[in-house]
Amino acid sequence: MSDPRVSHIPPQAAPVRLWHLAFRSRNLVIGGALTLIFVAAALISFVWTPFDITQLDIANKIKSPSARNPLGTDHFGRDILSMIMVGARTSIAVAVVAVGIGMLFGVPLGLWAAARKGSLLDEVIMRANDLIFAFPALLIAIMITAALGPSAINAIAAIGIFNIPVFARITRSGALSLWQREFVMAARVSGKNAARISVEHILPNVTNLLIVQGTIQFSLGILAEAGLSYVGLGAQPPIPSWGRMLADSQTMISFAPHMALFPGLAILLTVLGLNLMGDGLRDLFDPKLRRSRQ
Amino acid sequence: MLRYTLKRLVSLAISLAVASVVIFLAIEVLPGDPAAYMLGVNAQEDTVAALREQLGLNGTMWERYSSWIGGLLTGDFGISYTYRTPVADMIADRMQVSLPLAIYALTLSTLIAFPAGILAASRRGSAADVSIMGITQLGVAIPNFWFAMLMVLIFAINLRWFSAGGFPGWDAGLYPALKSLTLPAISLALPQASILARIMRSSLLDTLSEDFIRTARAKGLTRAQALRRHALRNALIPVLTIIGLQFSFLLAGAIIIENVFFLPGLGRLIFQSISSRDLIVVESVVMLLVFAVVLVNFAVEITYALVDPRLRHRS
Repeated sequence: MSDPRVSHIPPQAAPVRLWHLAFRSRNLVIGGALTLIFVAAALISFVWTPFDITQLDIANKIKSPSARNPLGTDHFGRDILSMIMVGARTSIAVAVVAVGIGMLFGVPLGLWAAARKGSLLDEVIMRANDLIFAFPALLIAIMITAALGPSAINAIAAIGIFNIPVFARITRSGALSLWQREFVMAARVSGKNAARISVEHILPNVTNLLIVQGTIQFSLGILAEAGLSYVGLGAQPPIPSWGRMLADSQTMISFAPHMALFPGLAILLTVLGLNLMGDGLRDLFDPKLRRSRQ
Repeated sequence: MLRYTLKRLVSLAISLAVASVVIFLAIEVLPGDPAAYMLGVNAQEDTVAALREQLGLNGTMWERYSSWIGGLLTGDFGISYTYRTPVADMIADRMQVSLPLAIYALTLSTLIAFPAGILAASRRGSAADVSIMGITQLGVAIPNFWFAMLMVLIFAINLRWFSAGGFPGWDAGLYPALKSLTLPAISLALPQASILARIMRSSLLDTLSEDFIRTARAKGLTRAQALRRHALRNALIPVLTIIGLQFSFLLAGAIIIENVFFLPGLGRLIFQSISSRDLIVVESVVMLLVFAVVLVNFAVEITYALVDPRLRHRS
């Protein structure tokens, strides 16, 4: 009660206040900066990369980092920095679409289940979710690949399907507590039906939860895409992908460690940035949690 | 408790039944003709017909499904198309690598996570806490196959302490076999240990702020004594749940790590079967892994309910 950090923050902090707090959160600043760097790299790569990655330059193959190629070149003489920039596109695209799929299906399912809590529908939705959880994303990807062949699209589908129950669950649990609140009761009394209440009153209030979870699933998506591409189930050549670059580097790791080092670092830093950002956002949206986690 | 167990058992059976249908449909129906798929585009028509006959693909979908499930239930997983050996034998063979690897990794992860989580929680806010949390933040973000590659570079190529991959088999003796599983187990354990340490820490912190800990302190116990005698046991409940879940994910997650280290486990078997279009093997191994995940989750739920009676009456 006497904690000044908490008493200062009203339940719905004004936007200006949130920005102010956001810049004071170390997690959020570092995480946001790391994420921004990779998003920027991906965007810049559409108009400019240091070298053209479609041009092979065998004379300059497997060169260690130098002034010309800051991160060295690969076994085809391609500039690794340029490859990482273009690879960021693949990672971000796959993860964004996969999170989108998860939210598109998961959120309405979660809202629906919460609105009909305890009914057969709720039970069916939640059991179906449990079932998807029994298939780790990798197994879904393996099945899709066995059936349809490997591609970035199939990797997106696999990670997206895995995301659906995650969002359904978090939406349902957030919505369930909201359904007990007075303002929802008031909306019911005023004659609004469950669907309208879900959209108008419940959804806006679970947005924070969804943003935090979205950030976490985004980082998991990048890890999953890298893993799938590494074993050849994700993006196919010539689409550059960080996981693919690591797979290519594996046989050359003893004499060209830089080929393995930089794409891995790119994955690590992006995922780290997203995770820190997720932690920061969670603290920002829920000051009570911040206090208990310290 | 019996009612709860029965309810969970029914739910387990339904999950498995639905999962089997999903896997069956995905692999047998979606791609069209599995026989033509296995033999490739240039196959002769009579070869495809012969293979269809041999694979038992000429029956109705229901007949094929029930013969597959009937086989699985009696331990007959069918015959691999490429290796011409019973799939059950192949799986049993590969399990000798995958299962010990998962157990090894889980043991390592627990051995790392428990002391780290307890230390971080008991010295909350100290340099030790901050550095442990920082390391776990990295551990969660690192792709485990990349970490595996770095370990190969350092410990196998540069220091020559371990071999870079392969598995000598258990016949070669316990030490060489375990040694060849060590780097893979560490790679698998690192992210898991990071997650577990974070959960251990937050669970302990939650417990330490409860009234019964204050009572224990008021009785004259030191902070360390209260932690050891009262907090630890209570904090363990969520931690055990996560350990159970991690075991099933280790079995599936090992698929990628086995590829880094060329280990002849279930993961390599799946990839070999995909590339040789040996769909019967893919189907059965995926089903087996899903079975393992569902079964471990079931065991965790039951143990949880045994430890915490409140759960039995919920939902």
